[in-house]
Formats: sequence, C-alpha cells, structure tokens
Amino acid sequence: MARAATTTDAFNAVAEPRRRAILEVLASGERPVNDLVSALALAQPQVSKHLRVLREVGLVEVRSDGRRRLYRVNGRSLKPIHDWVRTFEKTWTQRFERLDTVLEELEEEEGDGIDGD
Amino acid sequence: MVTSGTAVVTLPSETQIQITREFDAPKHLVYRAWTTPELIERWWSGKRGEVIVADVDLRVGGSWRYLMTANEGYEVGFHGEFREIVPNERIVNTEIYDTGPGTEEAQGLEPAVITTTFTEVGGRTLLTQTTECHSAEVRDMILESGMEVGMQESMDRLEQVAGSLA
Repeated sequence: MARAATTTDAFNAVAEPRRRAILEVLASGERPVNDLVSALALAQPQVSKHLRVLREVGLVEVRSDGRRRLYRVNGRSLKPIHDWVRTFEKTWTQRFERLDTVLEELEEEEGDGIDGD
Repeated sequence: MVTSGTAVVTLPSETQIQITREFDAPKHLVYRAWTTPELIERWWSGKRGEVIVADVDLRVGGSWRYLMTANEGYEVGFHGEFREIVPNERIVNTEIYDTGPGTEEAQGLEPAVITTTFTEVGGRTLLTQTTECHSAEVRDMILESGMEVGMQESMDRLEQVAGSLA
C-alpha cells in the first residue's frame, strides 16, 4: 500500500526513533518542552522540530498554561498505529499459551480420576 | 498437539475491545483455570513477568485483583468487581488499571465492564471477552496499557514495519 511521503501521516511520523522517544515520554502525561529536552538529552531546536512534525500529523497536541506550552499525546490519532493493538494481542496470545499448558494438566488430572470435582 | 493459535483482538465499536480464542479443552476446565487463583498465577503474566497477587472473590459484588511484576521490574495491576456469574458460562466484571492511589478519581475514570463467555463446541471451548469502556479515550488507554507493558517490543516491531515502508 502506498503511503504519503515523509512526515505527512502518523505512521511515518513515528518511524523516526526520536519522535517515538518523545511519544514515550508524553505517554506518561503532559510535559513542557524543557522536560523533553532533559529527558531525551536533545537540543531544544531538535525537540521543537520533532514536536512540530508530531503536531502536524495530530499525534501530539499543545495547550498554553500561563507562559508554558504543554504537550500531550493525542490518543485518538494513535488509532491507525493502534494496529499496534497487536501488542495487546500479543500479551493475550502469550497468556493463552500458558493457559493451554494449565488446561492440558487439568485434563490429564480429570482423565486420571484424581479430579476433586 | 494443541494448535490454538493467537488471540484475535478486534475493536467492534469506538468503546469496545473484543478478544476471542479457542481452547482444546471443555469449558468447565477453561472456566476453572480462568477463575482459580493458583491457576491464574500460572498464566496471567504471559511472558511479561510473574504474577504476585491473584485475589478472586468469585461472587456477585465480590472483588478481584491481579498484580504482576514485569520482567523490567515494575508492577502492573488490575482490579475490579464481579457483577454477574453463571458458572462455566459467563462472567461479567469491572476492571480498572491500577494507576496509583487516588488517580482514578482524579482522572474521572469509569471502570471498564468485561463480559467473558465460555462456549463449548465438540469438546473445544471458544472464549469471548468483550470489554466495554466508558469512552473511546478509556478504551485507547486500555490498549495503551497493554502497549506500555510491551512498549519496547512494539517499538522494535514498529521500527521494522516502518523500515519496510521506506
């Protein structure tokens, strides 16, 4: 499937490791740009540039709080990427695999007639 | 040989998450493994860590709480209350992601309501779990909480996918 060039969609915007790092920091809550600068050990112009891209594709929103501008993740725009629902799916797949093992043992117990029910 | 495959996760509506999975076992056993603390301890953490708490007061109005220590060292917990119990058939419970004392109220989070059904066909059991969230935002948070647990993995995967698009 053809995708828009460079940074015009959310998926491409997060292909850049530093932008993903910004999203990870913002995932824990709203932050001013200075927090991102220190958390990521990047120069402020760089952080601002990445934030601009993230805002353009709607992944990050900003609001003013007095003199500060606070950035936050926009959960809804993460939706297309939420085909990283796949991670959630993987968590459950791994749980269910272990559950399979438990069930095999329960079935053996029943077969052996030592089941307490 | 069990070939049960992956969990299938779908998003039936803006506020729902549905997981389905078939098990090669009769439903009374799936139900038992699903509701018995010593058995929950053996599967609920998947590959992410170790279960350290599995409290289940399996009656209407009874509460439950699961807590695991992730491999990375932090704790991930969920808790809620049972609203409906039909043994071997159906469980309805609430679920809240532990975000620390007081934060649920502060964030005005309504618990998600989860309906789990066990349907047996030919000795196999289809498990269907539908999570109904208070809002699309809460649903996204739940998906993100799954994401958080496997953040690094998902980032690695994303990098691969993104790389293949270049």
